[in-house]
Amino acid sequence: MAVLIDEETRLVVQGLTGREGTFHARAAAEYGTAIVGGVTPGKGGTVHEGWPIFDTVHEAVSVTGANASVIFVPPANAADAILEAADAGVAVVVCITEGIPVLDMVTVLERIRETPTRLVGPNCPGVLSAGKAKAGIIPSNIAREGRVGIVSKSGTLTYEAMHQLTQCGLGQTTCVGIGGDPLIGTSFIDVLKMFEGDSATEAVVLIGEIGGTAEEDAAAFIAEGFSKPVVGFIAGRTAPPGRRMGHAGAIVAGGKGTAVEKMAALEKAGVVVVKSPAGIAESVVAALDVA
Amino acid sequence: MKIHEYQAKAILAKAGFAVPRGEVVCTPQEARAVAERLGGAVVVKAQIHAGGRGKGGGVGVVDGPDAVEKLAAQMLGMRLVTAQTGESGQLVRQVLVEETIDIAGEYYLGVVLDRGSAKPIVIASSAGGMEIEQVAADTPNLICRESVDSANGLFEFQARRLAYAIELKGRPARNAVRAMVAASRLFHETDASLLEINPLVVTSDGEVVVLDAKIGLDDNALFRRTELIGLRDIHEEDPLEVEASTYDLNYIRLDGTIGCMVNGAGLAMATMDIIKLAGGSPANFLDVGGGANADQIRNAFRIVLADENVKAILINIFGGILRCDVLAAGVIDAVKEFDVSLPVVIRMEGTNVGDGRAMLSASGLNFTTVRTMDEAATAVVALASDGS
Repeated sequence: MAVLIDEETRLVVQGLTGREGTFHARAAAEYGTAIVGGVTPGKGGTVHEGWPIFDTVHEAVSVTGANASVIFVPPANAADAILEAADAGVAVVVCITEGIPVLDMVTVLERIRETPTRLVGPNCPGVLSAGKAKAGIIPSNIAREGRVGIVSKSGTLTYEAMHQLTQCGLGQTTCVGIGGDPLIGTSFIDVLKMFEGDSATEAVVLIGEIGGTAEEDAAAFIAEGFSKPVVGFIAGRTAPPGRRMGHAGAIVAGGKGTAVEKMAALEKAGVVVVKSPAGIAESVVAALDVA
Repeated sequence: MKIHEYQAKAILAKAGFAVPRGEVVCTPQEARAVAERLGGAVVVKAQIHAGGRGKGGGVGVVDGPDAVEKLAAQMLGMRLVTAQTGESGQLVRQVLVEETIDIAGEYYLGVVLDRGSAKPIVIASSAGGMEIEQVAADTPNLICRESVDSANGLFEFQARRLAYAIELKGRPARNAVRAMVAASRLFHETDASLLEINPLVVTSDGEVVVLDAKIGLDDNALFRRTELIGLRDIHEEDPLEVEASTYDLNYIRLDGTIGCMVNGAGLAMATMDIIKLAGGSPANFLDVGGGANADQIRNAFRIVLADENVKAILINIFGGILRCDVLAAGVIDAVKEFDVSLPVVIRMEGTNVGDGRAMLSASGLNFTTVRTMDEAATAVVALASDGS
């Protein structure tokens, strides 16, 4: 099993005709993902790399039966692309775009709450269900179908964890990059709930970073009775306060959002918190042996 | 993007806020001229982006043109050290000379994004003139907040609720309500990430005046706020950070000795953390991005090397889209081109890692290649302390 995307996923790529869109659509198709077409306003009716291109997401959905979308649209238009996908009834929308104005995301989250659409991201590497499908930019050559779910604010740290889990033979169920922006569609808790209901997922790796209180919220949720072992890592213990560390959301402001607070909250909730990302897989192995 | 106090006040004045009369100047003579025009006692305020200027000697009230000229001469050209500048301080290039205001009460008014509700909120407090984080920690009951509707801004009833909660009445309350509604709209109109008026003062005749203001702008929205781009003051930024940004590299200078080059913000932060765990200290945060090419690697190298404190370099790359062989080629070229004599520790993993490692060892250059991040940190910390 897997969460969010799997063999049933019919993926439409918004921004397929762009450089990034083309590159990652090809990679996803090679991994076995059913890419059913692309959306680029103004290029409807054309064919790109063998895929039909539509002017609107509605059209793409009605012609191809797409049930998921991945967005590679430039930041100025990305919020609109998310809203269009939600309006067309796409169930899972994964937005890779980095640099969306935060007030655009205020509007997006306000609107999307009234729809059944699940938004992942923005500013994230996307979702990969090992051996099944991927929506986004997570390299599939480091994935291996297995037993551990990953939920992470950071792209490359997700890859680190995947790689380690593959090397040690545990593998992954689904890897979900939720993104490093201050406002995102899917939280740690949303994904933890999905992993709780996924019988193939036996343990979870949770990777957070400084800024906001999403990790503390996740800790509270886990403490309430999350049934699977969780191994956590928090990046940014040495980040200077007030500076934005690459990700728009990664900033310690007014003494809030520090790594130390987050690690303490997770530990208190029973999460095995590793000090170095090099120790993630080792800790998962240990946690599964005990469990 | 941060802007100066005088720029924030100009934006607020344009939006209808009452701000003190005054001008920003670059010389003591100009400061004197402004003081003569204004008449009476004036306040001279150093214009740097960092806060906490008052405690560092960056704000003073004086009476008379001679005294103003003298104070401005002291401030201009000084390196102002505040809690937010670091030890070396920030060079003062401009001062704001303003009329003094007769203060009956000081308040706080701010608009910020609340991540929890995913909406901007207006915060008001009767504890004006203090650091709001401290107020929130010490006396949370003095912090009042209302959520902002994205289409309409703050509704007047919400603003009234805030005004009454901070114990304003009559004319000051009515003026404060106008200010709060205007602030919530201005937040949207400028795509601000922070709008803070602290203190917002009530004068003895019931006027509501912006005594100090801070506006932060969302960098991601500047493409549609082109009128605000000109407010950027690159003198306030680290020259290396400015240069890095022109190559789409995310670089933040720190005060340690180990130069870092990493792909991905999370991994870059984690790399700093493990250096610290191993007993060293990072000279920088540097995210070359998920899809960096050889040219970016080259530029990244140049920027890391330009920091004289760097004693050793740690390259930590997880090759996803960025393949390890491309990385290795970029690193080898850069080390040759810049004739790097500092020790370089490379830890890479991921796509084409075998090819990458082979290229590094065949290059004949003096790299230390390691397998894990922990080994990398231990190795680079040892090399950095050998060299010092």
